[in-house]
Amino acid sequence: MSKNTAGMIETPVVKLEHVSFRFGKTLALNDFSLEIAPRKLVGLIGPDGVGKSTMLSLITGARAMQSGEITVLGGDMRSKEHRNKVCPKIAYMPQGLGKNLYFTLTVEENLQFFGKLFGHDAAERRRRIDHLTRSTGLYNFLDRPAGKLSGGMKQKLGLCCALIHDPDLLVLDEPTTGVDPLARRQFWDLVDSVRIMQPQMTVIVATAYMDEAQRFEWLIAMDDGKILDTGTPEEIFEKTHCNNLDDAFIQLLPEEKRSGHSKLVVPPLPDEGKEVISIAAENLTKRFGSFTAVDHVSFRIREGEIFGFLGSNGCGKTTTMRMLTGLMTPTEGRAELFGSPIDAESMETRLRLGYMTQLFSLYNELTILQNLTLYARLYRIPEAEVANRVQEMMKRFQLEAYAQDTPQSLPLGIKQRLSLAAAVIHRPQILILDEPTSGVDPVARDLFWEMIIELSRRDRVTIFITTHFMNEAERCDRISLMHAGKSLACDTPAALVAERQAPTLEAAFIGYLEDADPASREKVVLEAVESSGSEKSSHKKWYQKLFANNSQSHFSLQRLLCCCWRENMELMRDPIRATLAIFGALLLMLVMGFGISMDVEDLTFAVLDRDGSGLSRNYALNIAGSRYFIEQPPLRDYDDLERRLRSGDLSVAIEIPPNFGQDLERGKTPEVAFWIDGAMPSRAETVNGYVSSLHRQWLEERQREHGTGVQSANAVAVETRYRYNPDVLSLPAMVPAVIPLLLMMIPAILAALAVVREKEMGSIINLYVTPLSRLEFMLGKQIPYVLFSLMSGAMLAAMAVTIFDVPVKGSALVLAVSLILYSMCSTGFGLLASSVTRSQIAVIFMTMLGTMLPAVQFCGMIDPVTAQEGAGRVIGTIYPTTYMLLISRGVFNKALGFGDLYWEILALAITVPIVIGCGVMFLKKQEK
Amino acid sequence: MKQTLKNIFFLGVKELRGLGRDYMLIVLIVYAFSLGIYITGNATSDTITRATVAIVDEDHSQLSERIFDSFFLPMFLPAEEISLDEIDPAMDEGKYTFVLVIPSNFEKDYLAGRKPEIQLNIDATRMSQAFSGGGYIQQMISREIAVFEHKGQLPQEPVKTVIRNRYNANLTQSWFKAVMQLVSNITMLAIILTGAALIRERENGTLEHLLVMPVTAFEIMFSKVWSMLLVVLAASMLSITVVIMQMMSVPVNGSLTLFAVGVALHLFAVTSLGIFLACIAQNMPQLGMLLILVLLPMQMLSGGSTPMESMPHWVQYVMQIAPTTHFVEFCQAILFRGAGLSVVWKPFVMLIVIGGVLFALSLQRFRKSVAQ
Repeated sequence: MSKNTAGMIETPVVKLEHVSFRFGKTLALNDFSLEIAPRKLVGLIGPDGVGKSTMLSLITGARAMQSGEITVLGGDMRSKEHRNKVCPKIAYMPQGLGKNLYFTLTVEENLQFFGKLFGHDAAERRRRIDHLTRSTGLYNFLDRPAGKLSGGMKQKLGLCCALIHDPDLLVLDEPTTGVDPLARRQFWDLVDSVRIMQPQMTVIVATAYMDEAQRFEWLIAMDDGKILDTGTPEEIFEKTHCNNLDDAFIQLLPEEKRSGHSKLVVPPLPDEGKEVISIAAENLTKRFGSFTAVDHVSFRIREGEIFGFLGSNGCGKTTTMRMLTGLMTPTEGRAELFGSPIDAESMETRLRLGYMTQLFSLYNELTILQNLTLYARLYRIPEAEVANRVQEMMKRFQLEAYAQDTPQSLPLGIKQRLSLAAAVIHRPQILILDEPTSGVDPVARDLFWEMIIELSRRDRVTIFITTHFMNEAERCDRISLMHAGKSLACDTPAALVAERQAPTLEAAFIGYLEDADPASREKVVLEAVESSGSEKSSHKKWYQKLFANNSQSHFSLQRLLCCCWRENMELMRDPIRATLAIFGALLLMLVMGFGISMDVEDLTFAVLDRDGSGLSRNYALNIAGSRYFIEQPPLRDYDDLERRLRSGDLSVAIEIPPNFGQDLERGKTPEVAFWIDGAMPSRAETVNGYVSSLHRQWLEERQREHGTGVQSANAVAVETRYRYNPDVLSLPAMVPAVIPLLLMMIPAILAALAVVREKEMGSIINLYVTPLSRLEFMLGKQIPYVLFSLMSGAMLAAMAVTIFDVPVKGSALVLAVSLILYSMCSTGFGLLASSVTRSQIAVIFMTMLGTMLPAVQFCGMIDPVTAQEGAGRVIGTIYPTTYMLLISRGVFNKALGFGDLYWEILALAITVPIVIGCGVMFLKKQEK
Repeated sequence: MKQTLKNIFFLGVKELRGLGRDYMLIVLIVYAFSLGIYITGNATSDTITRATVAIVDEDHSQLSERIFDSFFLPMFLPAEEISLDEIDPAMDEGKYTFVLVIPSNFEKDYLAGRKPEIQLNIDATRMSQAFSGGGYIQQMISREIAVFEHKGQLPQEPVKTVIRNRYNANLTQSWFKAVMQLVSNITMLAIILTGAALIRERENGTLEHLLVMPVTAFEIMFSKVWSMLLVVLAASMLSITVVIMQMMSVPVNGSLTLFAVGVALHLFAVTSLGIFLACIAQNMPQLGMLLILVLLPMQMLSGGSTPMESMPHWVQYVMQIAPTTHFVEFCQAILFRGAGLSVVWKPFVMLIVIGGVLFALSLQRFRKSVAQ
């Protein structure tokens, strides 16, 4: 057994052998070997960016392996088959606030989704959801959309979603980052109770809270992609001669990493007699509808004071901060910065203010260096000083090693440091920091506090800070305890502890919270006891079900429908989008049906009459009399002709030569010249056709009047019949063509954002780590959009019949069947586009390029496919719109049925699996 | 003032860097401005190209065969002979756009002066071909008959017509199509780049962060306008000089500098439109819908697909507020007709007005749309 074995001699649950992983040039894991015994609570500690998250994502199969061997739950994680088999037994909660959640869905719906995904029936889901949410305090928020939850509540919900299917292996990546102490305690109680009920479960947790790590049975300390040490907390204390993990952790670090680190001392805030108030709030209140987020909060903060804002998650801390920065206007009350009311537009105030948001809000597409340089410049630091200041910040926050990396690829802790650096780069006089140290490792946190203390004491910067770390709260000059929008107490940390007669600040804090919300304590315990019985009894049943349903089948209709249900819920959550899509289609049909026409009228012409005889005037009059032309003032000379053609005033200029009348009378064949504006060739051709026929008409007229021999052409009549549209109206020709066009573009765009949005928001992780297969995922997403597209198609057809008076002459059934197939093509195309792109911008552009252009240009909407050449012809032949156009026109105009259109329907039917197949193929089931 | 310019510059550089990291987007842009234009431009050469014709010849005389032989490429695919009862199924299937029926005793009746009748069936669902092809076939028949009567020579007409197509003597469709495709891609890209980028910044929280910094909404918006304007302008100038003028040998008559100025003005208008849409839309999917709602009519009704004159008057008036209408107008004027500023000042002014109004409206909504 290697030295890195966690505990007893038994087959390990997780075994890593010589695993290495690279991100570009950075080596995240370096020849890493580890064994984890079953049924343990294993803690993973280490500074930010040492490969903890990478290791966890490799263990869960969310990330594709590069080199080495990983065995999880008795199988090779390289094998796709094994991954499919074990992923229902692994639960993974990724790092970041609510990465596995769907923000538009409510708490209830998120949990329902995961429950359905793992095959629970309705009653079972209800029971589990109620149990989990009661234990975590989310029960009262079941109807709230996940996006509207505070950071800590998102974390709790994320855990609930991970726990809902009783996993054998629970992997939590910094699960309590940004969670308040009371909730954290509840969180761990919850984990404990789950472990009692499911003793076979192994839990691996990465954490930055050392007090939490103390409760773990086995610790792994990591640094630089390698293991520093492993053992029980006691063993580690013994080795490092420390009695708490914070210190032990620092002791374990290599010498160069802890150099300069010493215990922090906060010098007292000097009392200078004259009190300068930097931040003042008086009865500050913010309501969102009936919900009061901040309820008459008042405080006065002295210049140079460090003011801590503590409170349970969702108590209104962030809202208060947003009001102080001017991002939000208070509903009631007032706030002052530097002694004057907050003015959102004042650049002066903004220059003196530094703000760090809870969620990372710097540019993912810029490198660390570029981000800091941009912020330095926007904060008006003199150009000569920018480089120095940026260097200083990078050094101070130890970001030099990451200067050329983009934040996207970096762990949370490093991102937090970057945000902090950006917030203080301009040396503000007030710093507003919203959980600045969440997810940051202890060494970096101390470094950060060193800087806070220095700023406050040396530079007299006023600091307004929220935190969930009690040792940080203790360093504040004063703290305010908040709960449910109200301030419970506000005093120095020591005074608060004394008042409650509590041993620690944490205990005092929890005491205050429990006083404010007495129900919170009892619930946790009660629920855990009450549910333990039923949990056990149902366990086996559910396990068997899982085995029967999920593990063996590669394709489960239930999971597909679950995916479909969720997508549908998201669609319903955004009624504006649905309304835009439906009514937009109708509106577009109106505009295009009436707007596009092949019948060109009102063409402008002018005559250069160099003859001026009766005959020449008669010739011009013949053209002016046609409904196609509008006469403009006569042309004076060639220059005039040239000028007016060039300016686009004239579509055609007619030059009648001198002696036109005379020559014609004498049979001398005069020449009339037409100068046509050829800039738009199709219009020029139309003009060409019109003038030729008007010319012939004039000649015939003249011959008839003069009776000079019947011309031969007149001896044959050509009877023209416009089939399918005898009156040559543009409307009956356009309307059936607009339907396929709209039903290609709109469903494609709707569906296109579906996958990429998940990629950008992070919830794509659920595809990586749940039993969901790519096909289930794709089809499930597609179905709501297909239905939507059919509804839209039905409305468009109804509109064609009623408003445009274009009846469905052929088989409506054929139209319906083809529309189903066609909708699958168009939504499939959108999904295909979204599986090959990563950004929402790219996917919108790609879908527009890929639908609007071919559908309008190559598919026979205006020019038939047979008239196309080159690549356009190829696209026109394979693109489904071509066939849908033929079917639509066939059914609307030509009264055709299945017998006439089976080939076109077949073409659509063949396209569907090809498009969907490509989409599935390009979608990755693992992150690279 | 100086700080404003600096902020606009730095934020704009940030936009360019962000774009530079989205490789897929760059590939798409390169495609849209090179191959995308080349393919579309070369897809159709003329309105009537390779039109499909069938003839029911019940006469089989010298005259009817003369008519039969008069259909040839590039305008028509060689005519196919079918029987009377094949007409309906073949036309239903869309096999032929035109079907001529020449009755029996056609030549005999003609020579006897009994004025026989040829039936010309046109598939009206074939849009452009149907409408312009009918007249053309009639002319062809008349000419064949005239030549037949004059024993193989075209008869002398009392008045000759000389038709000169200015600016595009052979009415080569590809010239126009390529340029219109460029217009369409410029518009699409500019709106998406600004609109979608703004929504993304809002969704990622970076925009909110900017608003607590000493940066104004005007600076943020204008930085997006100039940076994306620069990218699309560069792409379009490369496209017109390399792809359109060199590879497709489209002769450009006017001043490229004036064209570049016009494109820049158009881009100001459409990037402002993109920002405006982003201020209305609450999220990316909504923006996607709005984009279609705006882009599709803007492309179909700008005068680039079908002539402006063919649209109902109310559509023509409504389309005056669309930047593309003015873009299409000055594109034709400058590139093909070689017009100068004295001609195109009107669309230029319109673009400035449209862009200015949209920009001002967005500025008003900007802060509210970010910090909801």
